[in-house]
Order: sequence, then structure tokens, then C-alpha cells
Amino acid sequence: MAHFDPNARPFSHKWMNERLAVDTLQKVLSTEYWIPKNINFLWAMGMILAATFGILLISGIFLLMYYIPDTKQAFDSVNYTVMSEVGYGWLWRHMHGVAASVVFLIIYIHMFTGIYYGSYKKGREMIWLSGMLLFVTFSAEAFSGYMLPWGQMSYWAGMVITNLFSLGSLDFQGLVEWIRGDYVPGQAFLNRFFMLHVLLMPLIIMALIVLHFGTLRIPHVNNQDGEEIDFDAEAQKWKAGLRKESKVIPFNPVFLSKDVFVMSIYFIIYFYLVFYHFEFAMDPVNFDPANPLKTPPHIYPEWYFLWSYEILRPFPKDPGLVAFGFAQVIFFLLPFLDRSPNVAPASRRKPFRCWFWILLVDMIVLTIMGKVPPVGVYTTIGTVAAWVFILLWVTLPIVTKLEKPVRRSK
Amino acid sequence: MSDRRDFFGKALGAFAGLGALGALYAAKRTWDPLPSVKAAGFTTVDLSKAEPNVLYTEMWRGKPIFILKVAKDDKAYSDKRLINVGGDKFFIAIGLCTHLGCIPAYFPDKHKFICACHGGQFDAAGEVLKSPPPSPLVIPPFKVDGKKVVLGEAGPEYKKLQEAGVVA
Repeated sequence: MAHFDPNARPFSHKWMNERLAVDTLQKVLSTEYWIPKNINFLWAMGMILAATFGILLISGIFLLMYYIPDTKQAFDSVNYTVMSEVGYGWLWRHMHGVAASVVFLIIYIHMFTGIYYGSYKKGREMIWLSGMLLFVTFSAEAFSGYMLPWGQMSYWAGMVITNLFSLGSLDFQGLVEWIRGDYVPGQAFLNRFFMLHVLLMPLIIMALIVLHFGTLRIPHVNNQDGEEIDFDAEAQKWKAGLRKESKVIPFNPVFLSKDVFVMSIYFIIYFYLVFYHFEFAMDPVNFDPANPLKTPPHIYPEWYFLWSYEILRPFPKDPGLVAFGFAQVIFFLLPFLDRSPNVAPASRRKPFRCWFWILLVDMIVLTIMGKVPPVGVYTTIGTVAAWVFILLWVTLPIVTKLEKPVRRSK
Repeated sequence: MSDRRDFFGKALGAFAGLGALGALYAAKRTWDPLPSVKAAGFTTVDLSKAEPNVLYTEMWRGKPIFILKVAKDDKAYSDKRLINVGGDKFFIAIGLCTHLGCIPAYFPDKHKFICACHGGQFDAAGEVLKSPPPSPLVIPPFKVDGKKVVLGEAGPEYKKLQEAGVVA
């Protein structure tokens, strides 16, 4: 039976502790959650992502107050009402648009940090998988949000992406019409994507963020050398006052203060973009209202989808879809395709080092080729880059099998 | 005792499962196109004033419909996909590229359609000249009525095309 002191003042520390175990909670969640010392600024990307999600949520709440999910009014409710009538409406819109774009840059940095340091294996598989689920749900969130201003790019991206669900020659037209609720994107489509964007997807994302944090708890975050740290022993050292000797620091306040420093730099850049260069996140084509009878001359997705779009593009319809599907799921399999026992930075894993840098460069090439029109030499480069992407993943088990055990540096 | 619990557990699970299936079906039906959307009638187009080699675009069930009176000197003039309306040969198709649904543009001087999205090309009868589109432009159900065409209704001419395997 729990003990409740009848003399404790309501809401005093003791009173709260007896009812909510606030001290234990604080220890478990922050002051005795241990982070290795041997990390760098790339380890701050997670909290930057959490903060950016917070910005998206708050700016989204303000946009929601004037947005009208109606095919006839949506465009003006964004481009006229929010932008020129609502006090500081432009601020929320630019914050929302820029954050939606920048969040993917940080996601990619976060992912490639994980790949580089091998932070997806030996007990960290669930961290990787829950992170990949977040990537997919963020993509769905970004796509559904892109529909809402109901501009030309919204409409035609909606048309092209929903058409993918006909699954090529299988010709599942019924499935496509079911997703749209109409023969073409229309009112039903706008309404359901509005629902997905403002309720269902954010709910799933928030649940996945909790899961993603949870997956870190037992294996802990990786470190710059992939060293296996005895967190209990090192935590004892820290608590005994041997702060210099201990290999770990508590999440709060030590790690968090480093995080906040990196975050501050990030927010300086972010707000610079919001105030002075928001246009990079605003496609000019989407400032034409949706017109079902006129395709824009060149349809391309936002920059963060370009690499997978480029994998779809150079092939005929069915193989293109297969390649596209491959690109969407293959990152999930990374912990299982990497057959090497080494948890170490890529620089110390010989053939894998090349694999890592080729993958990074290839994805940048795919991104650039996805943006330019599909003509002449661009088609060739795009096709080669798409094949390189596929071959990289096919050869990954062999590349990692060839790897020798990495000798630990001190 | 544990048999009793097992039974209750299974009975509860079965009922809850039935309920979940029902809810899933209701959710599926909620996302179906509405009857009013499905009943989005038939479109009648008068072709008597059409000029040769000029593309006309009509709207049917929210989709653009290409109508092209094919000129006699066009290479596609003898294509079996063309529709005879009052002695003239017409190309009528849904104006969405069969690759991913963009609207191809018509170039009268080249007598072909070019899709800007992924570079697909079609001739004046909707046949593929250049991939990625996997199949010709789709001919919608139609009925010839003198110099007019009713879209959405499968007339004898449409059924003939079906038998010939030109349309699905």
C-alpha cells in the first residue's frame, strides 16, 4: 500500500512524489539516462528533428484556423487569406513550408550518420526500423500536406502518385478511384488528404516518435568508435563523482546543453531561410490554381523525393514501378543486409567505406537528375545512377561479408 | 477453470473480431466514390463543326477527352482505333497518358502527342510511338449518334472495337 503523508502540502514536492513519482520519472527519463561522451554534433540531429516537428505542429495549428479544405476555396484561403489578411499568417506559412523541407534534410543527415557509424546493428535494429517508419510517415505527411493549397503541382502530383497504386499493368483502376473517392482528384480527395495531414498522420508520427525514443533505451546511442560501453558501470562512476573517468554523461542537463547549442545554430539558419529565402520551399508552379485540363510542362516532386522519383523514371512502366518499390523498402533491410559484425565508423570498414560514399554520391546524383527534364544525356546519367543504386544494395551482403574484424582503437 | 477462461477469451475475441471486420468494411465503404460522383452523367459532343488536325478537349467524368478529326494525309488515317462519325474519321480518347496520367500536348505539325512528364509519345490514333507509356491512349465508352457522340454509353461501334480487342 502506497504511503500518503496527510500533512504534505498539496502540490508540494513530497505530495507530487507520493502521487506521481516525479523524482523517479525525472531520473529515468532525463537525469539518469546515459549518453556516451565520445560523440559529435551529428548526434544532435535527433533533438533537432523533434524540435522541427514541434515547429511544424505549432505553425500547422495556426494555419488550420483559416485553411478551407474545399477545391474552390483552398487555393485562396492559403494564398490570399493566410498570406495577406491574417496577421502574421505569412509567418506561419513560411515557417511551415520551410520546416517541411528542411526536416527532410535533417532526416537524411540523421540516417546517413546512422549508416556511417553502424548504428543499426547489434541490438540497435529496432532503432533503425522505427526510424524508417518515421521516414515513411513523414513522407506521407509531406505529400498529403502538399495537396492542401490545391495548386497545379498539388493537383498533378496527386494525380501521378495516386496513379502509382494502379500497380502498372495490373491496372488496379478501382483501387486508384477508391483512394481518390472520385475518378480524378476532387473534393473527396482533398478532404481525406486534409484529414490524413492534420490528424491521422500526426497521431501516428507522435506514437512512432515515442517508440523511436523507447528503442534507444536499452541499447543506448552509439558512439564515434562503435565501442560497446558498460553503461551501468560508467553511470556508477559518474554518480560517484568520477566525472572525468566516466565514459558517459547524463542526458539532462549535460547532453541536452550540447544539443541546445547545436539547435541554436540550426535555428539561426532555419529562421534566416524563413525570413529571407522561404521561396526555395515554394514552387512557383503551385501558385497557379489546380487545373484538371492542363498538365504543367514538367512535373517533379519536392527535392526530398527526387532520388526515388528518378529511380522510377528511366525504366518502362512496370520495371520502373518495381525499381521504385525496391527503393522505398530497401533501406528497411539495412540491418539484415549488412553481414559484418563490426560496429565501427565506415572509415575503418574497408570495402564498406567505398559502398557508403558511392551510395551518398549516387543519391545526390539521382536527386539532381530527378530535377532536370528527362532528355539526352540526363536520361543516361539517371539510368546509370538508378542501376548503381540497385546494384549497391544487391552487393551489400557481399561487400560486408568481405570485411575483416575491425581492431578497436583505445 | 482454464477451459472456461479460454472459452470466454475466445468468445470475446470472436465478437470483437467480427466487430473489427464490420468496422473495416464500413471504413472501406466510406472511402468509396459517392453515388453522386459515380452517376456523373454522360457527355454529348457535337462533332459537325470540327476542323481536321485541330485538337478539341472536352471534359467527361472529370477527365479530359481528346477529340481529333484526323486529316486524310495523316499516317494514322487507316488506324482501326479511329471512329467513323458521319463519314469523317475521329480519334477520341481519354487525354491522360497511360504512364502516370499527365495530359500529353498535341503538336499538329508533327501529327503526334508528346507527354511532358516522362517523354512519352503517341501518334494521331493514340498508338505509342515512344515509351514509357505501356499502352495506347484509352478510348472511353461512346455511342455515335449522327454527327454527335455520347460519352459514357457503350454503343454498337464501341462494342465492335471491344470485339476487335482494341479496347478492354
